[in-house]
Amino acid sequence: MSGGTSLENANPVIFERSGERLLTATDEDEDVHDPIDDREIFDLIRSINDPEHPLSLEELNVVEQVRVKVNDAESTVGIEFTPTIPHCSMATLIGLSIKVKLLRSLPDRFKIDVHITPGSHASEEAVNKQLADKERVAAALENSSLLEVVNQCLTTRGI
Amino acid sequence: IFISIICYNSLNLAFCSGVKDGKFTVLQLVEALGLHHCLAGLHEHIYVKSDILSHVSLSLFSPVEVLIAFYENRLKDHYVITPPVLQGLGALTKCTVLPPGSAVSMLRSLFQDVHVQVRLEGLGADFVFGFVQSMDGERDPRNLLLAFQIAKNIVLRGYDLGKFAEELFEVTSCYFPIDFSPPPSDPHGITKEELIQMLRDVLTGTPRFAEFLLPLIIEKLDSDVPSSKLDSLQTLTAGVSQYEHKDLAEFLEGLWASLRREVFQTASEKIESAGLAALTALTSCLSRSVLSSDSEDSLSTFLDLVLKDCKHHLSEPDLKLVWPSAKLLQAACSASDRASHIITAAVMPSLIEQYNSRAQVHKGTIQMFVSFKIEESVFLAFRPSLCSMVFSALTETNASLQITANSVLTSLAQQRGEVPMKSFYIHSLQQSPILVRHLARFQILQIYSEWQFMSVSCTSLTLLCSEPMEHDNERAVSERRSHHAVRQRCLSALAAVSTQPSVVQESTPVLLEVLSSAHTGGVGFSVEEVVLACRSLQRIAVQVQDTEETGRCFHDIIIPRLLSLALQAALQVCLFRRVMFSQKQRGDSWSQSQMVCLLMGCVCSLPRSVEVPQIEELLSELEEMSCACSHPLSYTSAAKCFAGLVNKRPQGQFVSLHATVCFFFEEASAISLLCLQVAKALLLRYHPLFTTLTDKLFSLLDDADLGPMAADGFTLLMSDSADILNRGCHADVRIMYRQRFFSENSDKLVQGFNAAPQEKKPNYLKALSNIVNTLPKQVQVTELPKLLSLLLEALSCPDQGVQLSTLSCLQPVIMDPPPVLVQQLEALVSRLLALTSSPAMNVRITSLRCIHAVSRFPEHEVLPFRARVLRALARPLDDKKRLVRSEAVKARGQW
Repeated sequence: MSGGTSLENANPVIFERSGERLLTATDEDEDVHDPIDDREIFDLIRSINDPEHPLSLEELNVVEQVRVKVNDAESTVGIEFTPTIPHCSMATLIGLSIKVKLLRSLPDRFKIDVHITPGSHASEEAVNKQLADKERVAAALENSSLLEVVNQCLTTRGI
Repeated sequence: IFISIICYNSLNLAFCSGVKDGKFTVLQLVEALGLHHCLAGLHEHIYVKSDILSHVSLSLFSPVEVLIAFYENRLKDHYVITPPVLQGLGALTKCTVLPPGSAVSMLRSLFQDVHVQVRLEGLGADFVFGFVQSMDGERDPRNLLLAFQIAKNIVLRGYDLGKFAEELFEVTSCYFPIDFSPPPSDPHGITKEELIQMLRDVLTGTPRFAEFLLPLIIEKLDSDVPSSKLDSLQTLTAGVSQYEHKDLAEFLEGLWASLRREVFQTASEKIESAGLAALTALTSCLSRSVLSSDSEDSLSTFLDLVLKDCKHHLSEPDLKLVWPSAKLLQAACSASDRASHIITAAVMPSLIEQYNSRAQVHKGTIQMFVSFKIEESVFLAFRPSLCSMVFSALTETNASLQITANSVLTSLAQQRGEVPMKSFYIHSLQQSPILVRHLARFQILQIYSEWQFMSVSCTSLTLLCSEPMEHDNERAVSERRSHHAVRQRCLSALAAVSTQPSVVQESTPVLLEVLSSAHTGGVGFSVEEVVLACRSLQRIAVQVQDTEETGRCFHDIIIPRLLSLALQAALQVCLFRRVMFSQKQRGDSWSQSQMVCLLMGCVCSLPRSVEVPQIEELLSELEEMSCACSHPLSYTSAAKCFAGLVNKRPQGQFVSLHATVCFFFEEASAISLLCLQVAKALLLRYHPLFTTLTDKLFSLLDDADLGPMAADGFTLLMSDSADILNRGCHADVRIMYRQRFFSENSDKLVQGFNAAPQEKKPNYLKALSNIVNTLPKQVQVTELPKLLSLLLEALSCPDQGVQLSTLSCLQPVIMDPPPVLVQQLEALVSRLLALTSSPAMNVRITSLRCIHAVSRFPEHEVLPFRARVLRALARPLDDKKRLVRSEAVKARGQW
């Protein structure tokens, strides 16, 4: 971040972006109730920018649709994200960004659980603990410089 | 080889003595020679053998057949061995035990395979005599066929017959005429026809036989057997082709008497035609002969004979001999130009006189003309009278007479190089249009195309083609039909003659005239004629010489005319359809819709310069349809079509329309689509009448029932028309008509809104949002200040349509907010937030987009609203529609 004279992962593998969700006839039907599904959640977070690269989390394969679990009826969302390298210091920031994005975009009823894909990060447990702690998240968002970084990550590009 | 010859010479004597003594059999000799054949040259050993034979008593040979076969085969070999082979054959012929048929076989081989004429001719008359002797009394048809063939060769290859010519003739002609019927199971397959043909070839092969053959034929013609008569006549025909006049001279009289008898008293058509053919052949033989200075002209002698016997029959048409006489004369005529000249010169005057004097025999007389091959120089003398006769026959009522005259004329016209006659034709044609019609009826005019003065014929055809069909009702149907037929022929004749550029320039306007008058419907041109006119034009285009002149003619005159005609035709097709559908108005609505759609497409796509025929009827028809019809597509199309036509009407033709349109608005219980379409058509072209319609439309906004419809109508009025009223369809569309409309009417709208009672206000709001929606953004921005309060009002209007159209109108404005909008931010935001919970998905989505856009307002302006907006947007995040949620996410994220 601040002392970033050199990038931790200078040459990440880039993955293809998935296309826009196809519009179906039921999407346009006033009377049909569209449940919130995995894809919808994935669409919310896939375009979050990586703090280090001008690439989205989807392109870096940090988030994947198979690692998004939502239950609309029970109002729960579970997301696993995979840092590009096991010692990535950005893991917490990425998790925070995902969490903030979901907090802003989902109705209050949802319980949001963001954690690192098991076995993909050295300090997995610590990061998970931080992200699960409501108060630490709230405190982090009080920090204006941190908030600015998070907002940068959440800014949709190209619009 | 030299050595072997020496060997042979020594062998020779040895063989001779050996054979004489009976030491060798001949068979052994042949085999031995066959061995030598392989070893040494053929020539030598055959020589040896023949030499041996000449020294050996032939009685010793038993296998003569073997030797004959051997020699016959050797004849087929190289010519150098022919002399010894002949020598050997000569020796064989001296054999006393020559088997039956072998002589014939040998001779056949000789004649087939020996090609050295000189040597055989050397035999001379003796050979002929020998042949005559050998075939005398022969009865076997096989041998006869062969004998005839040999005789034919003798005759044709120029052997010296010497004093045996008569003998040869006698020995062959005694079989004439052939009367042979093969036994039912004849294994040799020899037919009577073969024999006849072969014998005929012999008899007619040389003029030297003439003096014998001709009396024989005269004699045989007296026979009662039809087949022998026929054979005689055919033989005569074949014979005279070889003869000269001096061969014929002394028999002419007798021959003529026989021929005349055969034709006059014939029982069989075959014999008659054979006789006529013989006469023709005879005449042509005489015509062909070269006369010496002292000989008489045997042709004229003969024809005098013929004419003397035939001519008087011609003038006695009631008698049965008239036709045979005519046939005889015709046969003689057809032989040569000279004969034709003599005969026609003798016969024509009396025939013409006869035609003029005796009406009842017209046909016969004319037909006689047909039969004569009219020779040019002869015709010159009779040209006027002959032509007038044929022309008068053409105008006769008797159909067969006309046909006959037609064929005379055709045969006359087909004579090339007949310049004087053609000019006479042309003269006659110009004098008499009736004649042209008659000619056209018989398609004679086609022949003109071969002539050089086509422009003249073109003129006469032109007259005829453009001749209107007057008094149609009075004419009988058949007459009308024939008139049509004549005109059709004229058209095709016109196409046929148009091969020269100058003619094309004359003829094509006529054809185009036919087409255009067929369009106007004034003259009774049938569909076939119009089609034919088109085909004729096509044909001209194909056949005309490709010159610059024609190219310009086509480019400048024909093609533009054709195009405009084609356009008119297309219109007429439409009108035709219209008539059809108006008849079917009670029919099924589907086909009706198709019709009217088609009509709309055709009529409304025309450029303004094209005049639509019968437009008044069309308009009233469409008007009725759009009002009375209940099928949506039908009345919509009808109304659009009406509007499309109104849009293109010339300025001066609105008197009746004005009344009509006003009537609609006064009387209509609902705002008909027709009114709106017409209003739009007028609006597009800035027509003054439009003001009346707008005022009416605005006043209807106050109407309790019609208000909403009137408000909706403004959408139609302001939107682009995809199908009819656009520039692609050549509609009269002025630039910026929307702005003009808006600036002229926005005040009216605002005033109306303010004055309207509360429950009518939505109509105005709807109308307003409909109008503003279509305005270009620049205009919206400039006009917004005075309308903003109205638009905000519209947002709170319960009508979802109004909400939606206002939102979509506001959205682009919000993206680039004018200061006046910022001042109204509170009202705007609260109304927008209220709409996010609208029951209509589209309204929710659009309002969320607007809220999103508001977030881009200056930060200090929007900050006060942030908490409120975020709170309010929490609810759409849980919207049941995903599309709404996604808009809410974007908006909330932005806020």
